[in-house]
Amino acid sequence: MQNNPMQRRALLRGSLSLGAATLLTGCDISDGDAVQSALHAISRWNDRVQAFLFREQAMAKEYAAGDVAKAFRYNAYYPAQDVAPIDPGTYRLGLAGLIADKRPWTVPQLMALPRRMQRTRHVCVEGWSYVGQWSGVPLGDFLRLIGADTNASYVGFQCADGYYEGIDMPTALHPQTIMAVTAGDEILPDKFGFPLKIRIPTKLGFKNPKWVTALYVTNTQPRGFWSDRGYDWFSGI
Amino acid sequence: MSGAPDIQLHSRVARLAHWCQAIAVVIMIGSGWRIYDNVPILPFEFPYWITLGGNKYLATTTSNDWGTGNAIAWHFAGMWLLLFGFGLFVLNGVLTGHFRRDFLPLTPRSFLRDFVAAATFRLGHRLGEYNAVQKMFYWSVMFAIAMMFASGLAIWKPVQLGWLTWVFGGFPAARVVHFVFMSAIVGFLAIHVVLVILVPKTFVAMVLGRAEDHHHAK
Repeated sequence: MQNNPMQRRALLRGSLSLGAATLLTGCDISDGDAVQSALHAISRWNDRVQAFLFREQAMAKEYAAGDVAKAFRYNAYYPAQDVAPIDPGTYRLGLAGLIADKRPWTVPQLMALPRRMQRTRHVCVEGWSYVGQWSGVPLGDFLRLIGADTNASYVGFQCADGYYEGIDMPTALHPQTIMAVTAGDEILPDKFGFPLKIRIPTKLGFKNPKWVTALYVTNTQPRGFWSDRGYDWFSGI
Repeated sequence: MSGAPDIQLHSRVARLAHWCQAIAVVIMIGSGWRIYDNVPILPFEFPYWITLGGNKYLATTTSNDWGTGNAIAWHFAGMWLLLFGFGLFVLNGVLTGHFRRDFLPLTPRSFLRDFVAAATFRLGHRLGEYNAVQKMFYWSVMFAIAMMFASGLAIWKPVQLGWLTWVFGGFPAARVVHFVFMSAIVGFLAIHVVLVILVPKTFVAMVLGRAEDHHHAK
């Protein structure tokens, strides 16, 4: 979650040095397998507690125009200069899974959908937060439009940069969960996810995928980039 | 003039609740410091070696992360142990009359008197008896732990428990409150541990359930 330029290289290098790195863990109780599996089990339990605490009627606070941060904070698992802009001409949003109409969507088609605007607080798992403004079609409306099975359990997302995320259906159908195509008063800038970001004010920031290129509906819990790295899968706020 | 020795007794339930809280508080503080270090709200960081959350160099290599995910996993595991220990402690203290018997009465006058005596190193200690400063300390740390739960919930669930976050003045302010009461608990721990070292029999009583002292018997 760092923006340190060294870190992406470290991640890429990870697969090679993993074997060597495991030799270093003996002295640290916190990295022991038994401890890790216990923490993992408690994290799964906490996911269930969080799903239980989630209420469809609970709305994230909406702020006034003056509360919106002047500059949004860039955040991904690599630095901003490594963002690869998406060509709107060739972009398609692919659909898969329990969806009746799986025809892909183009940028103009997504932009033509009726939008809902929100000014909500983006809360990062690291503790920082800011109030941002986004607009886009509510994900629930889109799912009904494409004939998705909204009785299924999950909606998953794939991103152009290799990122991946997934959310529970109650959150997907929450009225404040939108398919954002704008940020502030402009079309979503490249570094904030052009052309499509899923904005979910009831989730931590990392559950809000950017540069989304595929959406699928499933009954199998989708994996998440950061929950594969030890963070809570549900991560509701 | 010879009489019965001073005796300190701790029930099995009280000891269990005490040690669950002791372990949980260490986990919560250690992992909380690692989480804090990721985005400090003050111009300092806690030294890596006293934080909890696994080997950060290993985490950087395998997860592109400084062990924050691991620290959060510890934090939300420790939370349950603290909830259990604190809940048991309060329930036991109220239901058995332990709080009423040992932590009350407490008046501003008695506190002031004992505080001045303590500050000038003239406050005696009798095993099994709490002076007003101690009573104040135990009430304060219980309040601090309760506030850690409240402010922690406000940070964890600022939407689902939006009213609680509002009570603390919003999300960023709730983080500050969480930090302030953490500091209070650290302060309590430091004094608590020093006093236990000065009067080691209190430690014996908290482990074995009973300790006695003949020094004060007159």
